[in-house]
Amino acid sequence: MPESIKDKVAIIGMGCTKFGELWDKSVSDLMVDAAYEAYEDAGIEPKDIDAAWVGNWQEVSGMAGLGLAGLRLQYKPITRVENMCATGTDALRNASYAVACGACDIALAVGAEKLKDMGYAGLISVSPGGTTATGGISTTAPAIFAMLATRYFSRYNIPPDDGKRMLARLSVKSHHNGNLNPKAHFHKEITVEQAMNAPIIAWPLGLFDCCGVSDGSAAAIVCRAADAKKFRQDPVFIKSIRMCVGPAEGPVKPEYDFTHVEETYRAGLAAYAEAGVKNPRKEISMAEVHDCFSITEAVIMEDLQFSPRGKVKEDIESGFFDLDGGLPVQPDGGLKCFGHPVGATGLRMVYEMYLQLQGKAGPRQLKNINLGLTHNQGAMPPACTIAVCIVGR
Amino acid sequence: MVGITSYGAYIPYNRVVREEFYKAWGGFPIPGEKAVASYDEDAVTMAWDAANDCLSGVDPKKVDGLYLATTCAPYKEKQNSTIVATALDMRDDIRTADFCNSLRAGTEALSAAVDAVKAGSVKNMLVTAAETRMGAPAGMGEAMYGDGAAAFLIGDTNVIAELLGSYSVSDEYAGEWRAHDDHFVRAWEDRHILDEGYSEQLPKAIEGLMKKCKVKAKDITKLVLSSPMDIRRHGKVAVGAGFGIEQIQEAFFMTIGTCGAAMGMMMMVAALEESKPGDKILLAQYGNGADAFLFQVTEEMAKKKAKAHRGIKGFINSKRILPYYTFLRWRGLVPVERMRRPEIPFASLTALKRSRKEVLGLYGKKCLTCGHVMYQMPFGIGGMTPIRVCYYCQTKDNFEDYRFADKKAKVCTYSLDLLADVIDPPGTPVFVDFEGGGRGWFDMTDRDPAQVKVDMPVEMVFRKLFFDRGIHNYYWKARPVRA
Repeated sequence: MPESIKDKVAIIGMGCTKFGELWDKSVSDLMVDAAYEAYEDAGIEPKDIDAAWVGNWQEVSGMAGLGLAGLRLQYKPITRVENMCATGTDALRNASYAVACGACDIALAVGAEKLKDMGYAGLISVSPGGTTATGGISTTAPAIFAMLATRYFSRYNIPPDDGKRMLARLSVKSHHNGNLNPKAHFHKEITVEQAMNAPIIAWPLGLFDCCGVSDGSAAAIVCRAADAKKFRQDPVFIKSIRMCVGPAEGPVKPEYDFTHVEETYRAGLAAYAEAGVKNPRKEISMAEVHDCFSITEAVIMEDLQFSPRGKVKEDIESGFFDLDGGLPVQPDGGLKCFGHPVGATGLRMVYEMYLQLQGKAGPRQLKNINLGLTHNQGAMPPACTIAVCIVGR
Repeated sequence: MVGITSYGAYIPYNRVVREEFYKAWGGFPIPGEKAVASYDEDAVTMAWDAANDCLSGVDPKKVDGLYLATTCAPYKEKQNSTIVATALDMRDDIRTADFCNSLRAGTEALSAAVDAVKAGSVKNMLVTAAETRMGAPAGMGEAMYGDGAAAFLIGDTNVIAELLGSYSVSDEYAGEWRAHDDHFVRAWEDRHILDEGYSEQLPKAIEGLMKKCKVKAKDITKLVLSSPMDIRRHGKVAVGAGFGIEQIQEAFFMTIGTCGAAMGMMMMVAALEESKPGDKILLAQYGNGADAFLFQVTEEMAKKKAKAHRGIKGFINSKRILPYYTFLRWRGLVPVERMRRPEIPFASLTALKRSRKEVLGLYGKKCLTCGHVMYQMPFGIGGMTPIRVCYYCQTKDNFEDYRFADKKAKVCTYSLDLLADVIDPPGTPVFVDFEGGGRGWFDMTDRDPAQVKVDMPVEMVFRKLFFDRGIHNYYWKARPVRA
């Protein structure tokens, strides 16, 4: 039985840039801004960093650890982490394991992405080294996730209008929360009618069912739990970081139902076991999950056992995931309002949990909170990487 | 006895109403509609479709060769028939050849196939013909040329139509032609094509054949005469050769258009569909001279008809009407704004060679340890990796090849993607589950977006995905089952 990382690692500083269309910032600018904010928050100097992990999906920052060279760390070990959209959480996981095992005392995890220089409002598909002369099923990310919705509606006999209304409710909730967050990309309250009547991107998903495409960066500084109080009185402790990479069997095995994400379910199970959580719906106080699309968030609620299978609609409609609900989800506005600068997203989620646990979330501040969960998904529902992180005081 | 042992045809799903040409360009209205290949079809994919129909119930591994006849070959240098043979899952110790450059290419291939079987060089030979000829916008050819394909299996056992004789005439004169770099068919004065080509050469061949076979026009049940650009001339030549109206096989002018080198063979399929044992069918195809064949339908035909060949009958009424501007866009005749996004990845021929079976043959694996079948497309994002370790039991390298192309399937889930960079929006990605196991991720083609549903039945068809630096990139798509 491997050891648990629970309460062995503390986050002692974090930084997060404003997310958005940051035309005057390069990816390196974003990393410098996030890292220096984290240094200041932790009360440390750049020289105190023993090792760093930089999470970045696209190769715009240069290969390898040199992507973090802009920080001018002096001859330290730096590793580039790429795990598709779950990259940010994986960078934090690597940094956490490094301090937990004693290989270094203070480690930095930075995630950043510059998507807005592409001239395209979406993610490009990456096919390294040429294709087998056929690569070119022209499916976009919204369509891949929309296939979760078509099947979900069909399986649970939800008429399309009812299904779209259920999904719209999630986006309305996230836009409300994001409007309270100065670092979010989008500040705009929306209505269910607006969301339902928005132009279709990939049926049944409309414009407001899709997260934005943004630039941004977030950073965390970690040390061993025993040392945390040397830096601050209110560190946030890692209760679990678990990653689950599927064997990519959903696109191949008809047994996969396209109404859940097996990797999320299993990553949740592993994280709950590590953190000692018995009843997630009751014990998790708040969550930031990978709402790249509204249907993704709906299905995640079931996979993480916040809602019973096939029943998330009831919880969505009762407001259970609202800021004042039983289990607030996306208190910072989520990917819906932050967009999804791939390498940054996982750390941006942890940043919100960190602020909430320290009571620094301003108008979004939640009360009586104990454990916060982040869920970060890389790639598509039938074949993906999932990272789940649970933090607490 | 040598002759036709099986037949198949293919008519594209999309049609353009001829009145649209008149609305766009003036001139005079021409009635009817014409069949047009989809943006993802060409002579290779349509030949595959017709051949697939022809081989219904026939093991492709037992066919000794494939000839592809077309004046619209996607490749000028590189054999086109090998692509069709690979997609049909034929053996590699077979004869393949392209018959090109002539409106008689289809019947030339038929003659060569008959001779090869008669000589004993092969047991049987699959002959396919497919056309996508282009007439320039605002011209007569644009309205008259249609797209389609046909296929015959030629052999000496279980013959459904015995070849009683053949006769050819060769003639240097041509009223229609394309030079090496021509995209559109050029034509001399219509009356030269008709009077000095079609109307002179076909009667010569028909009369020569009837004399050779010692038959009179009244002995012929059906005259299958390839249609010219001006349909009026079709009947005139037939009647002039001594045939009555009731003996003339319909040329599908109102529904398909004239399909160049494939026309005679397509009409022959239609004639066979209506035939009964003992019928004599005379097939004559024009093009730099003419080829004529006399067939006699055998008792085997009755057995054949009971089998599932779609033929002309099966495809002709399954259609959608395409707006003319969509047709122009598909043919690249109107420049349209490119989607504003990075270019698609480049094509790699070595990668294609490595995964040819998966890509061109739609082969997956059957695990010999646990018995499960699985298909993994050999490209794309997120762990799209060759099957070395079983998805079910994790045994390494213990597989046999398993073909999915001929399996029925149904839609597991889908989306209608308006963001995708596709020629026929919305992009219609589907996951399909195959009868007998296995799942795959494909584009759907020839569909009405409003009709796409979870659990709808689909069939796998061979199509072109994209074109990169002179490389035609073929793969498989899911198509709603055509009636």
